[in-house]
Amino acid sequence: MASSPRALILTGFGINCEFETAYALRMGGAKTEFMHFNQLQQGSGAALEDFQILALPGGFSFGDDIQSGRVLANKFKYKLHAPLKKFVDAEKPVLGICNGFQVLVQLGILPGWNNWERKMTLARNARGRFEERWVRLRSEDSACPFARHAGVLSMPVRHGEGQVVFSSQADLKQMQDGMQIVFRYADEEGNAASAYPLNPNGSADSIAGVCNPGGNVLGLMPHPECHLRYTQSPDWTANPPVVRKKKESEGVLGKLASALGLVSKPVISEPADEGNCTVLFSNLVEYARKF
Amino acid sequence: MVRRIEVSLGTSFKDAAADALLERLKTDFGMSGLQTVRRAEVYSFEEDLEPSDAQKLAAELLSDPVNQHYSVGEPLVSDFTYAIEVGLRPGVKDNVGETAQAAAGDVLGRPLQGHVFTSMLFLFYGEFLPEKAQALAEGVLCNPLIQRWKGFAAAGISSYYASLDLPIAGASNKGSVFEIPLPADEAELERISKRRLLALSVDEMKAIRAHYQEPDVRAARAKLGLSIHPTDVELEAIAQTWSEHCKHKIFNADIAYVDKTEKTTEKKTEKTKDKKKNKQSKSSASAHSLSSSPKVIHSLFKTYIRATTESIHAAQPYLLSVFTDNAGILAMDDTWALAIKVETHNTPSALDPYGGALTGILGVNRDVLGAGMGAKPVFNTDIFCFADPNYAGTIPPRLLHPRRVFEGVRAGVERGGNASGIPTVNGSIYFDNRYLGKPLVYCGTGGLMPRKVPDPRAPNQRASQGDLDASSSTGGVVCVSHLKYHKAGDRIFMVGGRVGKDGIHGATFSSEGLHEGSPTSAVQLGDPITQKNVLDFLLASRDAGLHSGLTDDGAGGLSSSVGEMANDAGGALIHLERCPLKYPGLDPWEILLSESQERMTVAVPADKAGDFAALAVRFGVEATDIGEFESSGFLQVRYHSQVVAHLDLKFLHNGVPKMHLEAEWSEDEGLEEPDLELPSDLKVELLALLARPNICSKESVIRQYDHEVQGMSVIKPLCGASASGPSDAAVLQPIPDLSWGVVASHGLCPRFSDLDPYHMAMLALDEAVRNYVAAGGDPACWGALDNFCWPDPIVSSKNPDGKRKLAALVRTCQGLSEACKAYALPLVSGKDSMKNDYAHGSIRISVPPTLLVSLVGRIDDVERAVASDFKKAGDLIYVLGTTKDELGGSEYYALHECLGARVPQVDLKANKALYHALHAAMTDGLVASAHDCSDGGLGVALAECCIGSGFGASVKLTQVPQRAEDGASPSGPSSFLRDDKILFSESAGRFVVSVRPENKAKFEKAMEGTAFAVIGEVLENAELRIEGTRSGAPMSVPVGDLKSAHQRTITW
Repeated sequence: MASSPRALILTGFGINCEFETAYALRMGGAKTEFMHFNQLQQGSGAALEDFQILALPGGFSFGDDIQSGRVLANKFKYKLHAPLKKFVDAEKPVLGICNGFQVLVQLGILPGWNNWERKMTLARNARGRFEERWVRLRSEDSACPFARHAGVLSMPVRHGEGQVVFSSQADLKQMQDGMQIVFRYADEEGNAASAYPLNPNGSADSIAGVCNPGGNVLGLMPHPECHLRYTQSPDWTANPPVVRKKKESEGVLGKLASALGLVSKPVISEPADEGNCTVLFSNLVEYARKF
Repeated sequence: MVRRIEVSLGTSFKDAAADALLERLKTDFGMSGLQTVRRAEVYSFEEDLEPSDAQKLAAELLSDPVNQHYSVGEPLVSDFTYAIEVGLRPGVKDNVGETAQAAAGDVLGRPLQGHVFTSMLFLFYGEFLPEKAQALAEGVLCNPLIQRWKGFAAAGISSYYASLDLPIAGASNKGSVFEIPLPADEAELERISKRRLLALSVDEMKAIRAHYQEPDVRAARAKLGLSIHPTDVELEAIAQTWSEHCKHKIFNADIAYVDKTEKTTEKKTEKTKDKKKNKQSKSSASAHSLSSSPKVIHSLFKTYIRATTESIHAAQPYLLSVFTDNAGILAMDDTWALAIKVETHNTPSALDPYGGALTGILGVNRDVLGAGMGAKPVFNTDIFCFADPNYAGTIPPRLLHPRRVFEGVRAGVERGGNASGIPTVNGSIYFDNRYLGKPLVYCGTGGLMPRKVPDPRAPNQRASQGDLDASSSTGGVVCVSHLKYHKAGDRIFMVGGRVGKDGIHGATFSSEGLHEGSPTSAVQLGDPITQKNVLDFLLASRDAGLHSGLTDDGAGGLSSSVGEMANDAGGALIHLERCPLKYPGLDPWEILLSESQERMTVAVPADKAGDFAALAVRFGVEATDIGEFESSGFLQVRYHSQVVAHLDLKFLHNGVPKMHLEAEWSEDEGLEEPDLELPSDLKVELLALLARPNICSKESVIRQYDHEVQGMSVIKPLCGASASGPSDAAVLQPIPDLSWGVVASHGLCPRFSDLDPYHMAMLALDEAVRNYVAAGGDPACWGALDNFCWPDPIVSSKNPDGKRKLAALVRTCQGLSEACKAYALPLVSGKDSMKNDYAHGSIRISVPPTLLVSLVGRIDDVERAVASDFKKAGDLIYVLGTTKDELGGSEYYALHECLGARVPQVDLKANKALYHALHAAMTDGLVASAHDCSDGGLGVALAECCIGSGFGASVKLTQVPQRAEDGASPSGPSSFLRDDKILFSESAGRFVVSVRPENKAKFEKAMEGTAFAVIGEVLENAELRIEGTRSGAPMSVPVGDLKSAHQRTITW
């Protein structure tokens, strides 16, 4: 097997989901490295060439001041535009989650048309407030090679500015036609859901995540890195493991039998964890192996 | 040239906040003719911008081409009826302005000259009533304490724009230092203390005067060219260090305590069976108690807090650091430790709820960052006490309406927690109109640290300082992380934000009651992102072995942080002119005392200073070397090489005279049990209770907090399939590859203080323990934090019942200590806030004596954590613990506007056995759900278990373990408690638990020897059916009705 793809996890300035994002990518098979924006900038972004995956984690870069993602996007635009463009044009995978998605949208990498022209934004939630709740995401038949067969995933949203808005209806149409809609908010049956709270922020066409025309840049508002273990899902206690872990076998005979190796140790059978997001990360890392 | 850019949403886009404001103006301000409200963000520049630069900033940085439009140097719109612009007052931290200033540099490719100031334009369309502008601006749109506003009609637009001014701060102070002679005259000493807001008593002023008259002190000062009088810098530093806030003088005082009930109490404990009867017939006993003589308590802290932990400590090897550091530190396993701290930020939150709560949460985060060698905050908790948000009475001067306080505090915690990336996992909101004078804002933080970190005392192994990519600095040598290692010779760095006049006198100010003349400078506004950068940087510094110690710059600013660290190191010398300032014009004493936020004081070994400074640059953090630790025994402060303070550390830290206080407790003769008839329909009572502010769902608040960033949550604040059931405690799994978790809970029940604070303390602790155990916490690996918020407990003409308030404190400490000892629960950290009063003319509002008990500990395996919602139809429902006729202080009595007399008594021995048995049953996986019974009793607990799950339940009250007033267990129908009492009694030590039928035998075996019984089962059908003790149709309520009652009260 080829060596593990290397993922650069951007940090600094208020990014705060770097650890769980790195953990998710490691679970998926990547080697991860944290890098502060300033460190990346110090070498004029040359370090990017050593990586096959770029992850922009969630958080509050620059406190969401002015507009979420804008200030960090400008830093990329004015300091690291060329190396970033090179990375994207090479079709290497870029993942932006929540604030990372907002940065990609403010940069215009998403939707990624005509030299990153701005045609889409992530506006204040329709209800006007920050909100955390678990949502279902239906993966669409999209241009994104590592997210299109993920089924229905469940994960939390935690944002105040996540309402997908386009400059015009034609832009939405272009997204649809270009297979750039990767995830839609969905109901229990997996149908796209437009109403609150299933669509928590009022996004156009129930959009939760999009990709660029090439499909290698994925951005989404919800947090897939927060649903990697069944104990992270909100109602796991209703469906605990079927066979419990035992510290030791029960009773004298049991202990003897287990010491002699006559009985096998109880196995925990993890409950079916619907909507677990590890698949997204392993698919992404798998895709990155070709670079 | 351009000084102003305005940005607004395009008219085709909805602005939810503006729409909400429109509704409010129509309903609350009678402006029914108003049609639309719009908002525009305004950026004003100190630099006179070239139009092309301004255009670029507007387009690239300040607006969004997809949904916004902007104007450069001219009004964006002029078709409104009326406009109000709200901006910050000069000197108030403008976080967005600072970000814009720095970000403009990225866009223009050159640094911007001068500041950027932000403001908000509210534009009103349709019929606006200008005479209501002031009430609107100051009541809704801004807080005049930190913000200013101007209103203008459309006709006045050109004159308005012609006369714009910027809130530029700064003064022409020359950095002067004054001597302050201290005369012998006591009245004059008191005047000096008052005038300078020192909050020092005459005794304390006299002690300072005496110190400065000592021949040795005079001689030492003469040598340095200092006068015999203290400088303003010295006096201010002493006042901060000696403040109640920093020194906890009341907790360390000698207290002469008289308990006029003592005889009765003794009798009660001897003859437990007759306990209740004695309580009822107290007047006969009072004749004996008059003879009781005072008992002197030498320090409540030493007697009841520290001694309690010491008595338990030996058996608790997981306690790594208690009472000595910024936070308590507990070992979680061989490699990880948890630092935990809870603070209050009451006075600032009373003045500016948003800023007060925001700085509160950021401040306690820094306490945890400053624990040992530095811990990473992994969760926040928040508990608020407010007056009724629907309060309809008049609001005394200087106070804000409780709804505004609530919304501001909530927003502050949202900002502080969310933007810092720290989940808010546990909390509660408690209402009582006595919190009108001062809201209580408790902020807690837990932080994680590896138990071993690179040893900063190991010589720097790097070839050249500042080359961060070279090999490690310590060559693999490690030290334990829960200690600090700074010593003489280490450099002193100030790290983080710059110094301004904000927050000056915070420590002394919060040591006084709130009054009309309270200084506004005491309010600060925090910036979570500056602090996040500091946090990221200092954790990296810790892991590189670069610093030897660190502490938070909180109350008292540098005077406290350097003063405390100097005490460990043996002395310090700092140079105030090196401190970076936000704006010019600060006098030396102001620089030393400023409580400007986001700052830490860090000790760095000299051979690591270069690496430390270079790492700061990488993280975009300002770190300034302001001096060094010494072995002089003095804190010396210089300003441009002139000595402005030379303070003997022994005097500074130990010179404060001990207080001698009086406390007296007697029975409240006015207490009696109400004569309530059994209500005809208990359904009505249950629904009314569920909607009461203290019981109702806080879901709308919880969802505005990020409660699972960092991805550790196992039991979240809301549980069940509908995710709307209240959880008892938070369970987190901080290290995904390790199975143990952290459990965090709390207990708070101030209404019981009105009956007896001794029991209030036990009940608060018992509630915290129940919550903790209910979620699966191990009752053998844990620690509690005590946070006292008290009304002024010092008797005076203005505070005639001070002795009783102090006695309430004594009794609370006694109850707390007794319960902790019984449960083998060590106290690991705590804090007190003593002057939670408001005074204006004849109005005096004092908070009820309030104790928050926070609890943290460990669960061995997070897969054994338990949530409160019912899980499956057919599961058996148990009640654990005994229900008694003790509804004094209950929500049920409060619903009927009475207090009662019979306060719940905590049976420590029985409860302990029950908690350990339940924990064992949970460890064996026998418990499907568990929920504690507290506010609203069994009835509310059952309802909440149904609301979370969507399942129903059918129960029989005859089966509930109960004890009638005579102490007998029921033998026949006549001796059952009344149905309303069974349902709504708040007896301690009880749970509602559900168990799979196949686990019945095992569960009951595990619970053997404790009071428990099956009372019914979980129903598929979503209805709560309760069969009473008397014949008659069972009461039945659809779960949907329970849920809507629970959720309708707080929706904002």
